[in-house]
Amino acid sequence: MGKIPRRYLLRRLLIFFLTIWASATLIFIIPRLAPGDPVSAMVGDMQNAGSDTENSAAIIDGWKARFGLDASLPEQYIRYLGNLVTFDFGYSISNFPTPVGEIIVRALPWTIGLLIVALVITFLLGNFLGALMVWSKTPRLIRLIIPLGLVFTSIPSILAALFLLYFLAYVLGWFPDANAYAIGQVVPGLNLEFVGSVIYHGTLPALAIILVSFGYWALGMRGMMITVEGEDYIQLARAKGLKPAYMLYRYMIRNAILPQITAFAITLGTLISGQVLVEYVFQYPGMGRVIYDNILARDFPVIQGSAFFLIVMTALAVLFVDLIYPYIDPRISIGREE
Amino acid sequence: MEPTPVLNASVNTVTPSKTMGRFNIWDTPWFNWRLMTGLGIITLVLLMGIVGPLLWNTDMARERSLTARLLPPIGFTNIRGVEGTWEHPLGTNNFGHDMLAIIIIGAPNTFLIGFIAAIIGMLVGIILGFMGGFLGGWIDNFILLASDVTLTIPALMVLIVLNSVFDRIDLLTMALIIAAFAWPRATRQIRSQVLTMRESGYVQMARLSGASTFDIMFREMLPNLMSYLFASFISGATGAILAAVGLETLGLGPQGVITLGGTIYDAYTNLALSGHLWWWWGIPTILLAVMFIGLLLINLGLDEIANPRLRRSSK
Repeated sequence: MGKIPRRYLLRRLLIFFLTIWASATLIFIIPRLAPGDPVSAMVGDMQNAGSDTENSAAIIDGWKARFGLDASLPEQYIRYLGNLVTFDFGYSISNFPTPVGEIIVRALPWTIGLLIVALVITFLLGNFLGALMVWSKTPRLIRLIIPLGLVFTSIPSILAALFLLYFLAYVLGWFPDANAYAIGQVVPGLNLEFVGSVIYHGTLPALAIILVSFGYWALGMRGMMITVEGEDYIQLARAKGLKPAYMLYRYMIRNAILPQITAFAITLGTLISGQVLVEYVFQYPGMGRVIYDNILARDFPVIQGSAFFLIVMTALAVLFVDLIYPYIDPRISIGREE
Repeated sequence: MEPTPVLNASVNTVTPSKTMGRFNIWDTPWFNWRLMTGLGIITLVLLMGIVGPLLWNTDMARERSLTARLLPPIGFTNIRGVEGTWEHPLGTNNFGHDMLAIIIIGAPNTFLIGFIAAIIGMLVGIILGFMGGFLGGWIDNFILLASDVTLTIPALMVLIVLNSVFDRIDLLTMALIIAAFAWPRATRQIRSQVLTMRESGYVQMARLSGASTFDIMFREMLPNLMSYLFASFISGATGAILAAVGLETLGLGPQGVITLGGTIYDAYTNLALSGHLWWWWGIPTILLAVMFIGLLLINLGLDEIANPRLRRSSK
């Protein structure tokens, strides 16, 4: 336990802000590389989508002023960064006067809720199974089953989602095939039916994520456990005649699990990307669904806003893990980064 | 190391060397079942893409046919009670496209995107990893920072923005775009290996005997990195194929090119799941799953080579 060294803190903060800045800049540049001017294209898209665009010339001028597209490119860029800081992503095209921020805020609780539940279950399950793979007292049957389960690790979550959706929702009919709760049947709020419905609808998406990611933790844990098993203090514990189950938890898992927490930071991006695809398959009303719907509607402000928001979310989570890590594991020498 | 192996070696010069297991050429860590099975699976899928077009009329992947719509694979019947025929052994989709022809064309395309991206990612990784690990200083700091930042960005998000703006993307462009996010992990792996090796005896020896920096980097160190390079290539390819499949299934794949992910997108948007047209989405999905399992096995096999500790415990 101790203070976070200033060098480490500064470096992590630098990485955080550079990540945000780099992705914001990419999202600024990309649409401007496309041929044509974005506002005319947007209004054209709105007309195609059947929106009310009678006075399109006025709209184009108004928007150009609104987005500052009449200004020079560097000026636009500064203004754009300023808007991002206040999470102002502009307006949706397909649902015109709705701000992008509002659409994101509506979808966000679903995504974060699903992510946290899936992540916690995955982490506990994966690390436990990984520890069992190395522990000498594990029954043989479990030793044989776990590697089979690991095969799922290599499969992208979207493929697992398709299988689960088909077999458990369409063939067996055990689970619903879309939405986050039974719309029209339960009243959103803190009542038992609603919570039950949310859990029921969230089971398949969560299962898809858990199934494909627990093996990653199990493999990492296995590696750490093998290292820990060779340590002298394990020999001593064995020589003292401690119970194997006690040793497993107090001596082995507790030491092996800490480096696993850094793996959080590395996998989070992949995890969030995977979840976006899972939400799309299950039509779960989170960010993934928003992104997919707006790819279909060609609603670029919403796509860009959602993508940027998810990047910020990932970067924040990574920063958080990096900053709490020195408190969790005092063994790591932070100054090692020469 | 303990001195015992040296002693054994001097004893063994008396007895015939046949008895020494290590000199059996089959006794190398490269021949482990995981690596071999994985390579076998990937080779099979690639062979299908290479030999397939010679044996099967792949034009059927694009020819629309009104009479042969939604035929099931052989041995199954569809909802209308029609049985599968040998003309379309894996069935057909909504448009009457032949599924077998689709996967013969689609699987190599999906692979190609991953492999091009992974090769570029690895080359960049080798260059930056060696520069960082060998030269050190501010160059190393900069490379490390850039790779940390790139690693933090969920690549799929940027790719979604990019592909949704440019709707006419070809295969190569898509591979290049994905490669832009494929280099950091390779760079970090190679850099850390180079850092360890830089201090090892044979590198010191080469330096003492006046070898140039270039020679030390590429003639002394690179051959010892082979298993790491191969592993980082495979994990790079896995990540790149994953990104490609993600984009394709969202309908953001290359235009006018048949890919496995694109086929799943077509099936999903045409309600093939609720319509119980399992072969339409299921065949590309299973094939992709098999490909990913193959890549995982290769990776695990390579892990065993690079990390002898795992080798012992896996037995």
